[in-house]
Amino acid sequence: MEKFEKLTGVAAPMPLINVDTDMIIPKQFLKTIKRSGLGKNLFDEMRFDDDGNEIPDFVLNKPQYREAEILVAGDNFGCGSSREHAPWAIKDFGIRCVIAPSFADIFYNNCFKNGILPIALPQEQVDVLMKDAEKGSNARMIVDLEAQTVTTSDGEEIAFEIDSFKKHCLLEGLDDIALTLEKASAIDSFEQQATNARPWV
Amino acid sequence: MSPKTLYDKIWDAHLVHEAEDGTSLLYIDRHLVHEVTSPQAFEGLRMAGRQVRKPKNTIAVPDHNVPTTPDRVNGIDNEESRIQVEALDKNAKDFGINYYPVNDVRQGIVHIVGPEQGWTLPGMTVVCGDSHTATHGAFGALAHGIGTSEVEHVLATQTLIQSKSKNMKVEITGQLRPGVTAKDITLSVIGETGTAGGTGYVIEYCGEAIRSLSMEGRMTVCNMAIEGGARAGLIAPDETTFEYVKGRAHAPKGAQWEAAMAWWKTLYSDDDAHWDKVITIKGEDIAPVVTWGTSPEDVLPITDTVPNPGDFEGGKVDAAKRALEYMGLEAGQKLSDIEIDTVFIGSCTNGRIEDLRAAAEILKGKKVKEGLRAMIVPGSGLVRAQAEEEGLADIFKDAGFEWRLAGCSMCLAMNPDQLSPGERCAATSNRNFEGRQGRGGRTHLMSPAMAAAAAVTGKLTDVREMM
Ligand code: SF4
Repeated sequence: MEKFEKLTGVAAPMPLINVDTDMIIPKQFLKTIKRSGLGKNLFDEMRFDDDGNEIPDFVLNKPQYREAEILVAGDNFGCGSSREHAPWAIKDFGIRCVIAPSFADIFYNNCFKNGILPIALPQEQVDVLMKDAEKGSNARMIVDLEAQTVTTSDGEEIAFEIDSFKKHCLLEGLDDIALTLEKASAIDSFEQQATNARPWV
Repeated sequence: MSPKTLYDKIWDAHLVHEAEDGTSLLYIDRHLVHEVTSPQAFEGLRMAGRQVRKPKNTIAVPDHNVPTTPDRVNGIDNEESRIQVEALDKNAKDFGINYYPVNDVRQGIVHIVGPEQGWTLPGMTVVCGDSHTATHGAFGALAHGIGTSEVEHVLATQTLIQSKSKNMKVEITGQLRPGVTAKDITLSVIGETGTAGGTGYVIEYCGEAIRSLSMEGRMTVCNMAIEGGARAGLIAPDETTFEYVKGRAHAPKGAQWEAAMAWWKTLYSDDDAHWDKVITIKGEDIAPVVTWGTSPEDVLPITDTVPNPGDFEGGKVDAAKRALEYMGLEAGQKLSDIEIDTVFIGSCTNGRIEDLRAAAEILKGKKVKEGLRAMIVPGSGLVRAQAEEEGLADIFKDAGFEWRLAGCSMCLAMNPDQLSPGERCAATSNRNFEGRQGRGGRTHLMSPAMAAAAAVTGKLTDVREMM
């Protein structure tokens, strides 16, 4: 997995609550058997009209946000289906960090498996970052995972919380499966004992 | 021993390893797999040269993008869908996992097939690359959706890295009034908590009204726990549960049944267990409800009117404005005046036999309103067969409904069953998001009885007027 350490980039403001995974990547794009190539369909139904033309008002179509690497959004981001195609599309588009007051559980977990950093912050602080993002492409935010801070283009520093294990994996780009397989003997002995206790499983 | 919730008990029984920071490795008893969220996981296994650790505890079925028209026995037309289904055929065979192919009578929506075949049992941990895995919580199993990377992780290790959620109790007291169903309970709870109200929690549903539900009804309630943001929904197993499980293909038999029962009977929350959050709703206060907006929390009794965005607070004001525009509705309009174009009865929320019986009860001897498109999609081939045997299929066909083969169908419209832009649908599924049932499609969620009533009148309708 790709590491996430420090990022300096343009943040796109998306002040919508309950952005669901159907919006992030509509189901007609889930028919792939690959992980790559979904970025062109990120937010497809909000980004393009029925004829496939760009909708100029949509934030990621605006010239100043086309290269955005950070997304600042409203409450409950990523709710809905468990599709990992949502973080795949976000990453493929080039966004590596999403900031919102809260995230849906499955989406939040899925981000970490794909080198994306989701940052949950209190509404007031998201409001500050949203304002900063609205300044456009000259305003670059700095996201520092090691220090657990987001710095606005004016130099205002905001600290965020993150689970230490998730932080470690993201900083090192660690693969969960390989990590878990290091505990193979613990799994073996658990399985043995569970089979005795619950043979019907 | 300190008192525990049901969630605590299941968690403790599956804990393989716990790190100092609370990051835990949880053993997974059942892994359900479908064609849309699994291809990349199997590809990952192949690339790393890994096997499926427990093929006999892994169950796959194609459901999301299979067509539901009878001609599907001749193959799937849409090339991308066909490739996904063929990939699942191949992965199931190569890795030796349990499989119900498209034309097997036991095929159906993964969350209906699991319980039907007795794969889902009390006290288990169940996962699937699908958020509505919460459905299986109706058996007192800890069940939740996972992403594709986690699917691969479970395939390879039979475990999942988790941190523990908090405990929430949702109690529905007393009895439901006539015309009110499990769907109305679960929608009303989300209306109360909001779609993020359950984030960080596992919900246990309890109370007399929950106890009185059949297993089908309990599955409907737990199915939508995820729509309230919760990781999982649970209902403690009882005689209703044991009765449902007994004799199913993969349920324990003989001495193993006795041993299982002895453990299952200990699966309840202790009296003085700690709850981080408690919500109590009176069963009598729940009315038949419908959704008016584009989030499952946009719920109101059918007797109400479309709300005014100005009456909300914060980000919800803009969200409600956007929702009304998308839905083509005006504040103050009576919900029961909203005319519909389409009725969809099915999905893992309401595609079980009891749901079809409830719809048939309303539709018996009646006709679908002229010009309306109406379809019933049973949740599995076995539900379909039973409905035919009970004569329900004839009632539906006589009324003017299309009688389909099993699959997810218009719940998410990854298959040919879709709404056109602006088309308005009374649906028994679980999501009314923008575009969920087809680009520009407008979805109103409700119970099967309410959807059947709407099919007859052509408008959102209070089913109690037809009882
Ligand atoms: S019926 Fe709908 S909600 Fe259920 S598994 Fe299928 S697509 Fe998901």
